[in-house]
Amino acid sequence: MIELKNVSKTFTLHNQGSAVIEVISDVSFAVAPGECVALTGASGAGKSTLMRMIYGNYLTQAGEIRIGGLDIVRSEPRDIIKLRRDVLGYVSQFLRVVPRVPTLDVVAEPLRALGVPADDAQDRASALLTQLNIPERLWSLSPTTFSGGEQQRVNIARGFAHTYPAMLLDEPTASLDAANREVVLSLIEDAKARGAAIIGIFHDEAARTRVCDREIDVGRFTPGMAA
Amino acid sequence: MTEYNFAYLDEQTKRMIRRAILKGLTIPGYQVPFASREMPMPYGWGTGGVQVSAAVLTPKDTFKVIDQGADDTTNAVSIRTFFQRTAGVATTTATSDATVIQTRHRIPEEPLHEGQILVYQVPIPEPLRFLEPRESETRKMHSLEEYGLMHVKLYEDISRHGHIATSYAYPVKVEGRYVMDPSPIPKFDNPKLGDMAAIQLFGAGREQRIYALPPYTQVVSLDFEDHPFEASKADHPCGMCGATDSYLDELIIDDLGGRMFVCSDTDYCEARQAAGHKGKDAA
Amino acid sequence: MTPLLSVQGITKRYGAHIGCADVSFDLYPGEVMGIVGESGSGKSTLLNCMAGHLTPDAGQVVFDTRTDGRRDTITMSEPERRMLGRTDWAFVHQHARDGLRMGVSAGGNVGERLMAVGERHYGDIRDKATDWLGRVEIDASRVDDRPTTFSGGMQQRLQIARNLVTGPRLVFMDEPTGGLDVSVQARLLDLLRGLVRDLGLSAIIVTHDLAVVRLLADRLMVMKSGRVVEAGLTDQVLDDPQHAYSQLLVSSVLQV
Repeated sequence: MIELKNVSKTFTLHNQGSAVIEVISDVSFAVAPGECVALTGASGAGKSTLMRMIYGNYLTQAGEIRIGGLDIVRSEPRDIIKLRRDVLGYVSQFLRVVPRVPTLDVVAEPLRALGVPADDAQDRASALLTQLNIPERLWSLSPTTFSGGEQQRVNIARGFAHTYPAMLLDEPTASLDAANREVVLSLIEDAKARGAAIIGIFHDEAARTRVCDREIDVGRFTPGMAA
Repeated sequence: MTEYNFAYLDEQTKRMIRRAILKGLTIPGYQVPFASREMPMPYGWGTGGVQVSAAVLTPKDTFKVIDQGADDTTNAVSIRTFFQRTAGVATTTATSDATVIQTRHRIPEEPLHEGQILVYQVPIPEPLRFLEPRESETRKMHSLEEYGLMHVKLYEDISRHGHIATSYAYPVKVEGRYVMDPSPIPKFDNPKLGDMAAIQLFGAGREQRIYALPPYTQVVSLDFEDHPFEASKADHPCGMCGATDSYLDELIIDDLGGRMFVCSDTDYCEARQAAGHKGKDAA
Repeated sequence: MTPLLSVQGITKRYGAHIGCADVSFDLYPGEVMGIVGESGSGKSTLLNCMAGHLTPDAGQVVFDTRTDGRRDTITMSEPERRMLGRTDWAFVHQHARDGLRMGVSAGGNVGERLMAVGERHYGDIRDKATDWLGRVEIDASRVDDRPTTFSGGMQQRLQIARNLVTGPRLVFMDEPTGGLDVSVQARLLDLLRGLVRDLGLSAIIVTHDLAVVRLLADRLMVMKSGRVVEAGLTDQVLDDPQHAYSQLLVSSVLQV
């Protein structure tokens, strides 16, 4: 479902003496449907960078990244947008929303973008928010004012609203209490069970062991960091 | 009066105006620019109408002038006298006897016949002016038939007053093409504009525009499907002649609230009175 | 899929000075594209060339018309282009008073485009205008008020309603949130997002506000000195800018 072939990335800092920083070099791996792969490595090894490359958020200089057949390294923006809408989900560490949009709508939005009727989308959003223990009295408020943990749960609810065939999870259990952590892990297990291919970053080792089938040490592909 | 050329204007000027008139007649409702001359009267006193009259008058014509329907008001009297002196034409107050009628703000009640010319004095020829002040833009709107804005004005009327409150200078569409300002005639007169046997010429002196309606032209007053055009008048009979079908002026006759309604068309009213019709206020 | 708008080699010079040079891109139905750059970078010139307000010195602006398929709007007749301007195209000005008739009621402002395309039923026009006021969150009771009595944010929302009432397929926006308070901006952005999604609109938004394009635009073009220096997916250009100027632009934004 997700396939990387000889993927490399450099940053060129034009405004800092045109310094060229090689961050990832020659990564190849694949993730099958129903499989969850953990990216590991020390801080700065490039786990988040690699994940952003797979999402198309960072530009990839060389190689191929195929998701459901589409090589996002060479795709038009509109194809990537369609891919993100239909196929590829991404739960980042940060919630980015338009101020004043109610939480319920924030969570329902990925479904609305797919053309799901407002009522159905809101039903699904309500179920997820309930499951993630966001009190109903907060649903009509914008999540911008929520605590860090609440925002993270809203972010997860939004990320799991649509049943994406491929998902990227960046620290989904960080800053969650035990009960909510359990909910998130079961959401991941459900996604795997329905055949989603998942790539995740988990600092939480117990969580990683529980949901991930394999680990890939990104440090191996990081020039200058490899031992 | 040999000092003046016939009808005051020199022949070259009259030819220039006639060309504008002919162009106007071939493109009904289209505003033709012309080189308006200084006339021995101030702008706003009918200089456009006077120049058009001067260009169409011949020595054999019989000339009539009305101002708000009346033959005896200052403006009418002075223009009539002007052409008596400069053209030596016969004048009349009888609508049916006149061959050229210059008018300010009315169409005579008596239907006009073929061979007659009705000359309107026009203050502002551009119907779109109050909504779109740029002449360059209004010209483009005319040329491209972009007339939505005209309905915006009527829309505003209804939203503010509950009905189309525009009661004079009510915009019309000519032959399904040009939107035209019929000059500040009451909308009561609008239905007479269309299918008229006489030639109708419109002259705006200050704005230097001439436009025209040849005989039997289709003229439609703009409206909405659910707010159709209505030619309204005061709901009274004429106090002098008893006519119920003519446009009326309201006269205040004392300082106790007394008032009467009389025909604004003096010739029509007098002719009816001479024929024995009598209103409730007639002496 | 056929692009809704195909811009090819648009160049506009002001004497020796370059307004914009050799700009090309395709915009597909439902896409929202942002154009960013500093003042004088040529983004407004480009927008005005595309929208038919300026005639470019070279290039084509091919629009997929409803009736005749793909047509170059630069060479089509002026009546046709103006007709597009009040049916399939909309233009939202930065200053609402440039896009509104300040002496005409809110209802009349919204109704104008309907009347311009031949609607002649007062009740229907008024109902549609009132409905649109609701969709841009203006109370129906204000339908007969003039925009002069509206706040800046309301005027901008009225301008949007006036533009969208005839169901355009392509909306040009010139700094739509410029000059508005931050809280008002947020509300307007949310409204625009909803309208774009629900109506399936395509839009081209010129702005110097990177936050606006992040929230509204799928794609981004960065302009400098009249030329496009970088283009791509909005979040990619903002988070991983490749060109020196884009990097400078992104790093110049104050973090809050």
